[in-house]
Amino acid sequence: MELHLLLLFMIFAAIVAVEVKDLLSSVIGVGAVGFALCLAFLILKAPDLAITQLVVEILCLIILIRATINKDLPLVIEGRWVFNTFATLAFVAVFLFFAFHALKELPSFGDPIMSVVKRYIAQGKAETGAVNLVTAVILDFRAYDTLGEATVLFASVIGIMAVLRRPGRKKIEEKNHD
Amino acid sequence: MTLYFLCLVLFCIGLYGVLRKRNIVKIIIGIGIIEYSMNLFFVLLGYKLHGRAPIDAQNQDILNMVDPIPQALVLTSIVIGLGITALLISIAIRIYDKYGTFDITKIKRLKG
Amino acid sequence: MIDNPKNGMSLLVKTITRITVGLILLFGIYIVLHGHLSPGGGFAGGVIVALSLVHLILAFGREAKVAKISMNLASNLESLGALMFLSVALLGFLGGTFFLNVLNKGLPFKLFSAGTIPFSNISISIKVGVGLFAIFLALIILEGTKRKR
Repeated sequence: MELHLLLLFMIFAAIVAVEVKDLLSSVIGVGAVGFALCLAFLILKAPDLAITQLVVEILCLIILIRATINKDLPLVIEGRWVFNTFATLAFVAVFLFFAFHALKELPSFGDPIMSVVKRYIAQGKAETGAVNLVTAVILDFRAYDTLGEATVLFASVIGIMAVLRRPGRKKIEEKNHD
Repeated sequence: MTLYFLCLVLFCIGLYGVLRKRNIVKIIIGIGIIEYSMNLFFVLLGYKLHGRAPIDAQNQDILNMVDPIPQALVLTSIVIGLGITALLISIAIRIYDKYGTFDITKIKRLKG
Repeated sequence: MIDNPKNGMSLLVKTITRITVGLILLFGIYIVLHGHLSPGGGFAGGVIVALSLVHLILAFGREAKVAKISMNLASNLESLGALMFLSVALLGFLGGTFFLNVLNKGLPFKLFSAGTIPFSNISISIKVGVGLFAIFLALIILEGTKRKR
């Protein structure tokens, strides 16, 4: 029951975030979606994910606000706006119709199949010595995926430093000091 | 069943933002909403009714835990989503420096 | 945060920041070290350590001593974290396969247990924390010397 209310709140906040003209208000809407997601992770009995989602959301908000201060855009309705909007909404409706029929094949909510996990739950504490099963899975049973994630983060940090580098920065600083 | 459908409705709102908006920051916000909806969908698949968190406790014998494998995969996905958003925002800042606007219909010069 | 002046925020914020930066850093280190006993782990703890350094720069402005850490030192520390994680993985070759957990498993519920998992947590937290701090520095500090074209 609480999950239904949280999801309805997230849908409302997402509509606000996508449609509002002011950029700062839409960033606050994205922050609301992220914090409601952290609450949903707590209700679904996943404390690791709740901690990580909370702190990542805070850092993401700081970065988004940095990019959007004092930079707005006036709305202009031009050309084939009506046709484009209706085409997108028709595509979304067809997608949701087929998704509804596909989702009936999944096992019902609260009754997972759990065929792979039986061995991890039964022997995880004895084989790795770790009490937290999620840590045992990401750092011992599936440590190769964690190596891949470390590589992706490294690549994104290098990419940001390469994009934001400005040649001739020292010359401008010397001009300022004169 | 309705929970899975509401997750996909959230995905479609993000998809509408990516397809129809002209401001680059709105497109990045749409991509972020798509990431949140897919993380939630994954964790919903592994929930067991009246289950407990996948952490052992002393002197207790815990029989029904929720599935820990989707949680391990989503933990990776959350941090990668942060890296994606940061890189897209830095590209948007460089575009604003060069063209003076965030509007995607005006970023068409192929030279200089 | 708006306009990010060179002097940072008001005196009230600076006084409170002196107290809270150490507490946030200590909390982050606690979550990293107890990753195999309670929820958390390397990624959440690393982001919290990065947030404590971001807190310091936001309160004290661009002229704080921490901001003088050049980009080279941050890049070197992040590469050091990644290399430590790889060396923990290669240590598994002593047992037979890549990434095998070779150290002594110990008793459960103790701090020094679970083989190589605490070392993996520490190296991942160094890498994630310093990397995210370098992203923040690149976005904030390198913005000040432009718009002169």
